[in-house]
Amino acid sequence: MSSVTDVREHELDLASKRVRRERSGSPRLSWRTVQRLKGASFTWPFFAGFALFTLVPVVMALGQSLFTTKSSGLGFGGAQVTFSGFDNFARGLADGVFWESMLRAGSYAVVVVPLTQIVSLMLALLVDAVTRRVAGRFRLSLLVPYMIPGIVATMIWIYLYSPTVGPFQSLFELLHLDINFFAGSMIWVSIGNLHIWGTIGFNMLILNGALQSVPRELFDAARVDGASELRIALSIKVPFVRTSLVLTGLLAIIGTLQIFAEPVLFRSVSPETITKDFTPAMVIYNQAFQVGNLNYAAALSIILAGVVGIASAVIYRFTNKVGS
Amino acid sequence: MSLTRMDNETADTTRAVMSAERKDPRAVRRRRRGAAMGDDSGGAAVRGASKWFVLAGLILFTIYSVGPAWWLIVSATKSREQLYTTNGLWFADFRLIDNIVELFKYENGSFGLWLWNSVLYATAGSIGQTIIALAAGYGLAMYQYRGKGTSMAFVIGSFLIPGALLTVPSYLLFVQLGLFDTIWSMIIPAFFGPFSVYLAKVYAEGAVPQELLEAARIDGAGEYRTFFSIGLRLLTTAGATIFLLHFVAAWNSFYGPLIMLRDRNLWPVMLGLYSWMGRGADSQVDVTTLVITGSLVATIPMVLLLVAMQRYWRAGVTMGSLK
Repeated sequence: MSSVTDVREHELDLASKRVRRERSGSPRLSWRTVQRLKGASFTWPFFAGFALFTLVPVVMALGQSLFTTKSSGLGFGGAQVTFSGFDNFARGLADGVFWESMLRAGSYAVVVVPLTQIVSLMLALLVDAVTRRVAGRFRLSLLVPYMIPGIVATMIWIYLYSPTVGPFQSLFELLHLDINFFAGSMIWVSIGNLHIWGTIGFNMLILNGALQSVPRELFDAARVDGASELRIALSIKVPFVRTSLVLTGLLAIIGTLQIFAEPVLFRSVSPETITKDFTPAMVIYNQAFQVGNLNYAAALSIILAGVVGIASAVIYRFTNKVGS
Repeated sequence: MSLTRMDNETADTTRAVMSAERKDPRAVRRRRRGAAMGDDSGGAAVRGASKWFVLAGLILFTIYSVGPAWWLIVSATKSREQLYTTNGLWFADFRLIDNIVELFKYENGSFGLWLWNSVLYATAGSIGQTIIALAAGYGLAMYQYRGKGTSMAFVIGSFLIPGALLTVPSYLLFVQLGLFDTIWSMIIPAFFGPFSVYLAKVYAEGAVPQELLEAARIDGAGEYRTFFSIGLRLLTTAGATIFLLHFVAAWNSFYGPLIMLRDRNLWPVMLGLYSWMGRGADSQVDVTTLVITGSLVATIPMVLLLVAMQRYWRAGVTMGSLK
């Protein structure tokens, strides 16, 4: 046995480099298999962590939601975990507070996201309508909101809205207007404005990239035919970016259903308007960390994920139709 | 002048990335033609009366975008009394330095600690995520092996998992792993970013030629050595993009730290500012000035970083939008 190996090694010393690599792996595996294995191994660290921090929690959420934890007695003597099937889901599906918050976030998303897209498109068309040099001068200032951290942006606007610190109040007094940005009827407008302010610069950048791929000859041809600039924008440029506009907009609706940080920050100045169960994510947070019912919170998370999933599927259908 | 040059560079990078991603030759040709039109001819530029309308619109949008940032800068320079009594959009007595000194002194220097925590979490997480994502993206782009399609489907599929689904079970998992309420809960999970892997893969497909790997193999370099001495160097731009995007995301993060960190000495700066703001004017000391000054101090590093590294994140933005 050992003599065979010796002979092989002797042969291999004389052999080409390619054969030498074959030996360096394992004698039984071809060099191609070793290469593939090594190639795959580049991805192993990522997928190990991905499985632990993404896939395991998903499975845990499913498991958690099927149990109920009851603390026996007056909080002494440990908790008792029992299997309860779909009880948590049944409770969640009938939970008025949860669905109210879902309706609130959903209607906000349906209004503010298209509005953001339209404003972004207007901005992108304006930037596209000037020479590149002029556009470059504006672009950086328009991206300032993107560079400001979301929490800081929310705080800035809360102070701007505030009747004591904000600059608007004196203006309103001058015009004899009585506007309270934190009142129940205004709160979504206030948050919506904050959202629009924070995202139009970034969206403009994406849309502008898409507009760059419109063949410039089309504009000249249209001008020769006597089209106005507005007509060119509406009839040539907008159709070019419509698909990406609809797709990103609908994805933004999904994101908005999970809105959390902004209402939580607004709650710290106006707790009477923003209740602790204002949005679905806030209901889940409240159930998990204030009430302490992690099982029910897990079930609500799955219901929210389900709603988001259904919305995504509908959106996928819808965009395919728009695209074709 | 330098700004224009930077923009052109950005445009070039973006264009290179886009042509690498999309193999559509017509789109590439179209884009080249657009570039050939040059800087000033501006095929799309509006002339005449509507030019002034367009400019007015742009100026209004600019005021809207920059105004709140201006208010923050102005307010951070004011004393507590003048914050309430003077015009919010113009300077009063310039007390920025005093405010900053007070900010860092307040509560035995909590703010400095929070700032340091943010730097630590963002840096450590970004370094780990960049290395792991580059390796994974390189593996997915350069090699053919069984299960590759499935793993790519997992990466893309995970973009659709709503963050809200993961919160509660992640909390339980972190408690069990002993990561809860430690700095590791902010650092280790940050190593694994599916979107970064996607960016790295797309970039590697365009930037690392297969022929180069073949040549390295013929010269006798192993697969790992090839990655470290050739692959990583060609992926520097993608690495910078991933690092930057994650650094910013980690700096801005709020929900994760809110759930995972109870010890206020471990908080990142955003969570600390939130806790101060919640206190409002109810406490003995009005901390509004401190929150405003703190917001400015926490924002400046981000703005500097993003302005200095424009070409990287803009390329990332374009790649992301094409997914």
